[in-house]
Formats: sequence, C-alpha cells, structure tokens
Amino acid sequence: MTEDPEDMSRLIAAVARAQDVSAFERLFRHFGPRVKAYMMRHTGNHQTAEELMQETMMLVWNKATLFDPDKGNASTWIFTIARNTFISAYRKQNRPEFDPNDPAFVPDDIAPADVEFQNRQEADLVHAALKDLPEEQRELVQRSFFGDVSHSDLAEEFGLPLGTVKSRIRMAIAKLRKSLGER
Amino acid sequence: MRPRHHIRDELLAAYATGDLAEGWSLPVATHLALCPECRARLARFEAAAGDMLETIEPAEASVESSWQEIRQRLAEAGSPTSRPKPKTETTRGDYVLPAPLRNYVGADADELKWKALGRGAYQVLVPTGDEETSVRLLRIPAGKPVPEHGHGGRELTLVLSGSFSDVTGRYGRGDLEDADEDLEHQPIAGDEEDCICLAVTDAPLRFKSRLLRFVQPMLGI
Repeated sequence: MTEDPEDMSRLIAAVARAQDVSAFERLFRHFGPRVKAYMMRHTGNHQTAEELMQETMMLVWNKATLFDPDKGNASTWIFTIARNTFISAYRKQNRPEFDPNDPAFVPDDIAPADVEFQNRQEADLVHAALKDLPEEQRELVQRSFFGDVSHSDLAEEFGLPLGTVKSRIRMAIAKLRKSLGER
Repeated sequence: MRPRHHIRDELLAAYATGDLAEGWSLPVATHLALCPECRARLARFEAAAGDMLETIEPAEASVESSWQEIRQRLAEAGSPTSRPKPKTETTRGDYVLPAPLRNYVGADADELKWKALGRGAYQVLVPTGDEETSVRLLRIPAGKPVPEHGHGGRELTLVLSGSFSDVTGRYGRGDLEDADEDLEHQPIAGDEEDCICLAVTDAPLRFKSRLLRFVQPMLGI
C-alpha cells in the first residue's frame, strides 16, 4: 500500500482536529507495521517491538495537535517519535535535545518560516536522492543507517566481501551528499 | 561568533537515528544549540530517516490484532491530550552553559562545585544514563596545557568558553573536536581566559607520562 505523504499529513490533522478514529486507523495501518519493523531491527524481539510500536502510535494519537506539516512530513515526524520512544522506553536513557527557548540558544539567521520552507524542500531532495540510488546501494544504506547490523553481517547476508560492502556504502553516501549539495 | 568545527556526518547521523548513547549525545545536542548550520543538517538526516521508514519492509503479520488492541486503548484514553505550548518571548542571555548541558549540571558554570585536578585545572563530573561513556566539564587555566595524551577510544570535546589549540587547530565557543585513538595531542588553553569545555570519553585517557598514568585512577580521568 502506497500512501501520499500529503494525505498522511491530512490524516494527522484530522486526528488533531476531531479525534478522527478512522483517519487514525489509516495512519496506523500504514505506519504501525513500519514502526514495528524499525523496532524489530533495534531489539530483535517481536513482543518488545510490538509494545514499542503501540507505545509510539499512542503518542502519535496524543501528540497529533503538535504536528506541524510546515516543519516536515508525516513520516519524519513519526520517525522522531519512534526514535525517542525507543531511547526512553527501551534503552532507558534521556535524549539530550537543544531548546529553542533557552536564553543561550543561537537562533537561525533567517526567519523560522524560511527555515521550514528550506527543510521541506530538502526533504524532497533527500527523497529524490534516495530514490535515485541503485536498489542494492539503497538497501545497504538503509540497513546500515538504522544501525541494526554491522557491516560484516551485511557482507555475509549480501554475499559480498566486507571491503565491497564498505565501499558501496561510502559510494552511496557520497552520491547522496553530492545530490544534496553538501560539503 | 559561529562555531567553525562541526559535528561529523557519521556522528550526526547516529544522533538523528537514535543510535548514539546519551553521553555522546550531550555535546552533540549542545553544539546544535549554538550552531544553526548543523541544525539544518540534522533536519536533513531526520528527513532521510523518515524516508527510510517509508521504504522499510513493513512487519504486517499481526497488524489486525495490533489495531484491535490499539482501538481498545484509544477508547480508554479518550481525546488527545497534548496542546501546543504557547510561544513565549525568549530573552537571549549570556549563559556559559547552554541547554541541554545546563540542565544536566543544574546551574551555570560559575555556580558549580569544581573539583581540583592539580596544576590549576578543575573538573565537574556530569552524570548520564549510559555506562559506555564518562562525561565531565573541564576548566583549564588560561595559557596552560592539558597534559599530552592519546586516546583509548573516542574523545569529544566541546568548548564553552575561552579556547584551546592543538595540532588540529584552534577551538573556540561551540567548536567540537572529535578525536579518536590515532590522535595524540597536547591541547593548550588560549591566553585570553580559562577554557571551559565538555569532554566525553569512552575509555580512560592514555597519558604519556608514567606518573600521570599512575595517579590517573585517583583523579578519575
């Protein structure tokens, strides 16, 4: 099932506005299994992954009013909730984060709205750049990006020499960086 | 002045994906508070992670029973609870320690209980919830060297006031040095004022001097 990111944002807005359960069901059926797969990779345990996924999705329901589609798309927002749930509920650690309201915080040079616009455009760029990668490189980057396996496990799984896996990941990241215009 | 030494891609990606332990995350998040440029890079990494969440192979098997459970929980939980926080006007201030670091130690640098390390240097240990790192604030007297050392593992150093220099360059407020076991350096604090920095290590430092190696366990560094 493919879902349009714009639709996903609208579904979150419907949950926020009207506690719309059927909108939430569509969100759940799309993101629940993805969040669970993410949690599986980090914990290697079905039941733990299921609990962390349900925790994450309950937070999505409870925090829907905080979602701001100008700041990013639905999948990025839900990813950050899943990540933070994994850190606090599974790893039992705090995640230190900057606080834009702190007096010592150094604000952006440009207006927040422009930053948000830039972020949105960059999300599109990231999306396009990832889609542009050859299948195998994308898979390698995704697997190593989510930190679930070591490069040597990947080498074994893909039946490639370790050096090849490392250089393909490097190539893929270099390609990504080039298409994102990074240093 | 804006930081000139930034967070490496690998480190920032690990922070974005949640794979970085709390101790390492503290200088990363504190640098982010001082560096709009790295915040923009973080947003890109998070967008990439969101995108990868879309393309991950979904674990569909039990979605039906999961949904039934969640629907039950929703019925019990009622309406969403969170409300956006009202925007408050922030006055910019001149704290030496920005959040989140200041919250970890409970006060700004001049109100802390600094413990003497000898040779005019002081430290404050910073407690975190992970066991793989040790985190401390260091205060090195102006113009004085930190004893030359190599590293058993990685060392992240974030400058908060004053500066230090070593073979890799000069580091001022907000600058992050990312040293691994290959680097042997002798940082020297700048003449202008004492250098206060946040230092995170994952293994005891290896001092060149035998005497320092001997007293090291007693100093807790």
